[in-house]
Amino acid sequence: MADWPLFEVFIRSKHGLNHKHVGSVHAADRCMAIENARELYTRRNEGVSIWVVPASEITASSPDEKEPLFDPSNDKVYRHASFYKLPKEVGHM
Amino acid sequence: MYAQLVETGSNKLKTLDEMSPEERQFQERINDEIKIEPKNWMPDAYRKTLIRQISQHAHSEIVGMLPEGNWLTRAPTLKRKLQLMAKIQDEAGHGLYLYSAMETLGADRDEEIDKLHDGRAKYSSIFNYPTLNWADMGTIGWLVDGAAIVNQVPLQRTSYGPYARAMIRVCKEESFHQRQGYQILLTMMQEGTDDQKAMVQDSINRFWWPSLMMFGPSDENSPNSAQSMAWKIKRHSNDELRQRFLDQTVPQLELLGCTAPDPDLKYNEETGHYEFGEIDWQEFFDVVKGNGPCNRERIEARRSAIDSGAWVREAAVAYAAKRQRKAA
Repeated sequence: MADWPLFEVFIRSKHGLNHKHVGSVHAADRCMAIENARELYTRRNEGVSIWVVPASEITASSPDEKEPLFDPSNDKVYRHASFYKLPKEVGHM
Repeated sequence: MYAQLVETGSNKLKTLDEMSPEERQFQERINDEIKIEPKNWMPDAYRKTLIRQISQHAHSEIVGMLPEGNWLTRAPTLKRKLQLMAKIQDEAGHGLYLYSAMETLGADRDEEIDKLHDGRAKYSSIFNYPTLNWADMGTIGWLVDGAAIVNQVPLQRTSYGPYARAMIRVCKEESFHQRQGYQILLTMMQEGTDDQKAMVQDSINRFWWPSLMMFGPSDENSPNSAQSMAWKIKRHSNDELRQRFLDQTVPQLELLGCTAPDPDLKYNEETGHYEFGEIDWQEFFDVVKGNGPCNRERIEARRSAIDSGAWVREAAVAYAAKRQRKAA
């Protein structure tokens, strides 16, 4: 079965959130991958939409480069709402 | 426990000082409860042990379908048949979640399944017992899945990310299994004939001790535990989990109006725990070594499923190729 390609499976839940990675399946082709993913990951109405992507087509960042990769956002505290101190009278904003 | 006697390849724990810088960083990450992900550096022994543990866990789910499959065509009503089928399908699903987690460690699924078939890989000893009456479907759901839940709940926090996430999915589904099992027994005890009630007691008598054995040998006979605990791929000791299971199960047993085949079972007011008699570890090791009542039958059924299903897999590949040619 491992000579069938591996597909990564992404499911969108009913609540309109983004597709989320849930695991993987082996399948002879992408149509079968959708069917296998349905049987495996949505037995209880977990989703309203399934994406399958050949695992070999995914490019991932390397964990060893984590620091340099995410470094540009580390020193930009002003991107966060909590950076801006406002007087109490403003109330919730 | 679904993974019993998993070899870690080391009986002695290294201190942080004895570790290489990589190893130390890895161990500190685990100590800080940060998940290890597939692409992170990990010691070879951690990878190998996890492959062993996850594959054993997956094999248990898959082989675990067989004792229940025995009663699919004999279920007393259509409703019970559908429920049992849904439960068995879940077990297949659990096996597949786990194989998928195992593959993220670089293991090959076919190779690991081969190891199951030629006896190199183990699976939970509990599935080597036969299912002799309908009440066994209830007892398995209640006791066997109950023991599995006690074992699996802490594994949701295991250090390896894909394993922990698979466990979260599994645990969500397990409580249905346990409840459907217990309800089968309750129905038989409350509405059944004397014969049917006797069936329940007989079933409990046969599965009681093997269920307690599911947690594996007692702590003093678990040489691999220390390393597995340090790696947080095991979070509580065998005896601790066994006690937890027993404490929650005995009141349920009493509610059924049944008894355990253990004259030494009693509640200890002081400790707040139930005490139980001596487990027959010889039986446990015999079953693990392959000499339980159904070991050969189980493996034969798995082999034959793979072999006689070969043409289906070939046909699927041929069909996929044809579909691709047509689309081109």
